[in-house]
This record gives sequence, C-alpha cells and structure tokens, in this order.
Amino acid sequence: MIHIKRLQEDGADIIALIGEIDASSSIELDLAIAKSVGEGFNKILVDCGSLDYISSAGLGVFMSYIEEFKDRNIKMVLFGMSEKVANTFSILGLNELLEIGKDKAQAKKIVNEL
Amino acid sequence: MNYKVKIGCSIENLKEVRDFIRISLKNHHISDLEISEIVLALDEMCSNLMIHAHHCNPDDLFELNIHVEKNHPLVFELIDDGTVFDINHFATPALDCIVNEKRKGGLGIRLVKSIMDKIEYKKSGEQNVCRLFKSVNFE
Repeated sequence: MIHIKRLQEDGADIIALIGEIDASSSIELDLAIAKSVGEGFNKILVDCGSLDYISSAGLGVFMSYIEEFKDRNIKMVLFGMSEKVANTFSILGLNELLEIGKDKAQAKKIVNEL
Repeated sequence: MNYKVKIGCSIENLKEVRDFIRISLKNHHISDLEISEIVLALDEMCSNLMIHAHHCNPDDLFELNIHVEKNHPLVFELIDDGTVFDINHFATPALDCIVNEKRKGGLGIRLVKSIMDKIEYKKSGEQNVCRLFKSVNFE
C-alpha cells in the first residue's frame, strides 16, 4: 500500500512516497511520475523519507524513465532513503544509474547542478 | 523451527507474505538488513508465481514454508501446482539492456539471484517445490 503526495518547491516537483511499493502498487508511482512530466516539470525530486519498502516492480519504474529523461532533459533526484531501501537500490547497482541525495537540501543542489 | 502459510495468488496479498516472513524471522537473531533482503527476494518469487504461473487468480493457493535452524542456511519452500517458472533457466538481463529498452521487468530475477545462495526446483507428485537457500549470520 502506497500513499503519494506531491508538492512544488522552487520550480521542482516533489513526489513523496509513503508506505510500501510492490507489484500491486508500482503503477501508482508510474502514474505520479507521468503526471509530473505531463505537467511540464523538468526537475523532479522523489522523497523516499517515508518509503518503508520497494520491490523490483518499483525499481523498474525508475529505470524505465532513465532514457526518456535523458532525451527530454528532465532531471530526477531521489532522497531521504532508509538504510534498507538504499540497500535495495545498491544490490542492483541502481545507485550508479540514478541520482540519489542524502536529504532534500542535497537533492535540490544536485538537481540544479545537473 | 518451521513456519507455514497458504496464500491466494492475488498480488494484493504480497504485503501479507512480507509480514509473514518478517514475523517468522524476527526472533532468530538475524540482522534487520538480512531479513529485509530475504523479504525482497521472496516477494519477487511469490509475485512471479502469482502472476506467471497463476495469472493472479486469488482462488489458487500456494504454500510458503520457512525452516530456521541455528547455524544452518535458512530454507524457504514455495509449493504450488501451476506452470513451473524456473528462474535458473532465465538469463539475467544486463542493466543497460533494461535501461535502453525502457523495461520495467527483469530486475526481479537479478535480485533473487543476488540475494539467495541456491535455488532448486523439484516435482513432488502433482506439486512443484521450489526451494531457496540463504546463509545468514545468527547474531
């Protein structure tokens, strides 16, 4: 079960993930990112501070946007991951393919530098 | 100790599967990080089984058994009567292929193979038994 909240700060869209993302709920993450892109945001920050769990279905959603975002010059930075969630990304080496910041301040800095 | 649960093949039940695994392993002095990796791998195995072997039919049940014995590898058994989906026969896709093809799938197999030590399949009568082994540090 995932709950997703969105807010905008300094021209960036912040997508906050609350709860667990698995095969039954990854579609909601996909829709939230698609909506942000559809509304024209080119700076997307994903707040993982209250994300308790993510399975490969959720990781796959992030992966599927990498190429499109490169082509369309859209920047996405994830931040606030717990140790367990960060470990899930690093088992697959996704920490090398995605931009990940420690906290919101660092994520904003990264997104503005990209 | 042995733990056993039967679950309907709806992906809505994955949360219940994860909670069962966490509770079963909780009092065996295994680190939270190792438990979280095991939960992740078994979530993948169960969702594959629900989706590919049982087309998410909630009336189809499968069984998950967990065997915990101190200083021995943990053993997890998935027992069902659907089509066998042997992940040992599937090549692990390269990460750059997944990125280039904008694929949302393919990561699960990579995760399971990274986390588990060994995955065996065998037939027992009409049933398929998938057995996964994982060595952990008992603190």
